[in-house]
Amino acid sequence: MNINDILSVENLTMRFGGIVAVNNLSFTAERGKITALIGPNGAGKTTVFNCITGFYKPTSGTIKLRHSDGEWRLERLNDFRISKIAKVARTFQNIRLFPGMTALENLMVAQHNTLMRASGFTLLGLFGVPSYRAAEKAAIDLARYWLDQIGLLERADDAAGNLPYGDQRRLEIARAMCTEPALLCLDEPAAGLNARESAALNELLLKIRAEHGTSILLIEHDMSVVMQISDHINVLDYGVKIADGTPQQIRDNPKVIAAYLGADEEEAIAVMEGET
Amino acid sequence: MAATASQAKTAHGLNTAFILKKAVISALVALVLFSLMIGIRTEAGSDGQLTWWTRFGDLAAMVAVVFGGSIVMELLRHWWGPVETVRVVPPSAQKAFSFAGRALVPALLIFAFLVPVIFYDERYILDLGILVLTYVMLGWGLNVVVGLAGLLDLGYVAFYAVGAYSYALLATNFGLSFWICLPLAGILAAFFGVLLGFPVLRLRGDYLAIVTLAFGEIIRLVIINWQTLTGGPNGISGIPRPTMFGIPLTPGDDGLAARLGIEFSPTHRIVFLFYLILALALLTNWVTIRLRRLPIGRAWEALREDEVACRALGINTTTTKLTAFATGAMFGGFAGAFFATRQGFISPESFTFHESALVLAIVVLGGMGSQLGVALAALAMIGGFELFRGLEQFRMLVFGGAMVLLMIWRPRGLIGHRAPTVFLERNTAISSDLVKEGHG
Repeated sequence: MNINDILSVENLTMRFGGIVAVNNLSFTAERGKITALIGPNGAGKTTVFNCITGFYKPTSGTIKLRHSDGEWRLERLNDFRISKIAKVARTFQNIRLFPGMTALENLMVAQHNTLMRASGFTLLGLFGVPSYRAAEKAAIDLARYWLDQIGLLERADDAAGNLPYGDQRRLEIARAMCTEPALLCLDEPAAGLNARESAALNELLLKIRAEHGTSILLIEHDMSVVMQISDHINVLDYGVKIADGTPQQIRDNPKVIAAYLGADEEEAIAVMEGET
Repeated sequence: MAATASQAKTAHGLNTAFILKKAVISALVALVLFSLMIGIRTEAGSDGQLTWWTRFGDLAAMVAVVFGGSIVMELLRHWWGPVETVRVVPPSAQKAFSFAGRALVPALLIFAFLVPVIFYDERYILDLGILVLTYVMLGWGLNVVVGLAGLLDLGYVAFYAVGAYSYALLATNFGLSFWICLPLAGILAAFFGVLLGFPVLRLRGDYLAIVTLAFGEIIRLVIINWQTLTGGPNGISGIPRPTMFGIPLTPGDDGLAARLGIEFSPTHRIVFLFYLILALALLTNWVTIRLRRLPIGRAWEALREDEVACRALGINTTTTKLTAFATGAMFGGFAGAFFATRQGFISPESFTFHESALVLAIVVLGGMGSQLGVALAALAMIGGFELFRGLEQFRMLVFGGAMVLLMIWRPRGLIGHRAPTVFLERNTAISSDLVKEGHG
C-alpha cells in the first residue's frame, strides 16, 4: 500500500454460488483524488462497492483503508462501523433517501453518531441540556451548508420524496457528506441526469475534492462525467480488471473499447485506426 | 393553479354511469351472498326435522340497501374524498376545519383535566375516562414501536402483563409501595422488550408480526402455568391500592379525607386514579415528543423509511431497534402497573391477544406516528364503543360500519400526515403518501 493511497483493494474475490462476480481484483485509490471504476453492465462494479462498504463479505482478499484517523481492514468491519469508524460514506444506484422526511431531516439523520454522543446517548438530550442544543445547532448549520452547496436551501423543509429526481441525487451526496467521510463512494451519481445536471454534478464533485479533501471513488456509465473529473480510472469486465490509467490512457486503450463494444480486440484496433 | 384544479375536478368529477355500474355490481354480489344467508331461513321443527321458509322480502330490502348505500358512499367520496383527491369543500369551511384542528389539542387537554370536576358524581363516566386514558397511554407506547420505528408488534399485551404482574408480585410479596414498584415495573417490562427484540432483529414484516404474536402468547401461558409464582388462572388478588405519596385514600384516621378534615368518599380514590393515569399518559406523550426530536427518534423514523440507508450512514440498527422495543415496552409496563393497582385483582384473562389487537387498531386508526391521532382513536374505539351500548346486539354492526367508513375516508388513519422534527423556515406537514409504513 502506497503512502499516498487511502484505499487499497488486494486480490478481492466475491463468489455467489457458482458465479464469480469479482475475480482477484486489485486496485488503489489515491488520497484526495477522484478514482473511477467503469465497465460494461454486469462487470461487477457494484459488487466491489458493496464489499468496500460492508454490505457483502468478500469471499477472499483484503480491503485496506488508511487516513489520518488510523488504518482499517474493511472486510473485517461490520456494515455500520465502516461508516461510523472508518469514515467511508456511500450513495446508492437506486436512490435511497428517507422519502417521508424533509431534506433537512435527511441530513440530520446522517449526523446521528455525532448528535448521539452530544445528547449523552439520549439521556441528557431528553432534558435539553445546553451542550446538546449547541451540538444540534451546529448540526443544522452543517446541513444548511450542504443544502446551500447543492442548491436546495430553498427546499430544506420539503419532503425528500417530493424533490425532482436530479435534486434527490444531489441530496443523497449531501447526506453522505454530512457524515464527514474520508472516502466517498458514489454508485452511478449521474444516472438519469440531463446534460446540464451532470455538468453541475461534475462541479460539485470537484468542489468536494478541492475544498474538503475528500477522496472519491466513483462508479459511472456517463463518460462525460468520468472522463472530465477522474484522476485515475480502473476498467472492469466480467469481474476482472482489464485496464487502469489516466482518462487519456483509458480512452486510447483498445481492450476497453473492445469490452464496451463487445467486439474482438483486433476489430477494435481496426476501428480506432480507421478513425484516425 | 386554476387549470390544474379544474383538470383534477374533471378527473374526479361526478360520473353517473360509473357510480351506477359500481352500485349494480355491489347489489349483485349482495344478492348472491344474502340469497342463502337471508333469503332462506332454516330451523329445526318440533320433531327435529328440518323446516325452512323463504324471506324474499327481506332479501330484496337488503339488496336495495346495498345498492343505495353504494351510491351514497360514492357521492360522499366525492364530497370528502381520500387525501389525494381535490376536495369540493368550500374554503370558509376549510378555514374553520383548520382552526378547529389547531384548537383541538388544548381543548382536549383542558377537557381531560376537568372531567373529574364536571362528572364528579358520575362514577360510570369517571371509570370510562380511566379506561380510555389507559388505552391512550398503551397506544402512545405502542406508537413508538409501530408508528415511529415501523416494527409491527402484535404482542404488546405481553409488556402490559409484565408490568401488571411485576407490581402485583412485588407489592403482595414484599410490601413495596406503588411509587417504588412503578419504575421497577417499567424497567422489567423494558427488559422483556429487549428480550423479545433480540430474536426478532433479523425478521421483517409478516415474520416479525408472527413472532411478536407468539411472544405475547408465551407470556400469557407462562403466567397461567407458573402457579406457584403467579397463582395461575386464579390470578392475584388483594393488590394494594395506590397511596397519595404514602397517604392512603381510606376512611381510616390516617386517610387523606381525615387529614384534610373532609368527609370520606370512595370517589376520592377514583379521582386520584384518574389524575394518576392522566399524568402517566402525559408523561408518555412528553417523552415520545422529546424523543422524536432527538437523534434516537430520528433514527427510528429513518429505520422505518429505509433500513439499508441507515446502515450506510453509520447507524447501529441493532441498538436502534432494541431501544424502540424497550421504550415502547416500558410505557406498556407503566400502564400495566397502573392497571393492577386500579383493579386490585389481575388474572391472565386480562392479557389476551384481543388487547394487543385493540391497541394496535388504535395506533393504526389514529394514523401511524401521530400522537393526537392515537388519542382520538382511543377515545373513539373505547369511548365510542361504550356509547353504543344501548344498541345491544347491533353494537358490533355500528362499530364495523364506522371502521369501514373511516378506512374509505382516511385510509392512513385519522391524522394522515407527518410533522417534521426540525425545520429551517416552514413547518409544513408531510403527506402520508410519502411516509413509509415500515416493513419490519
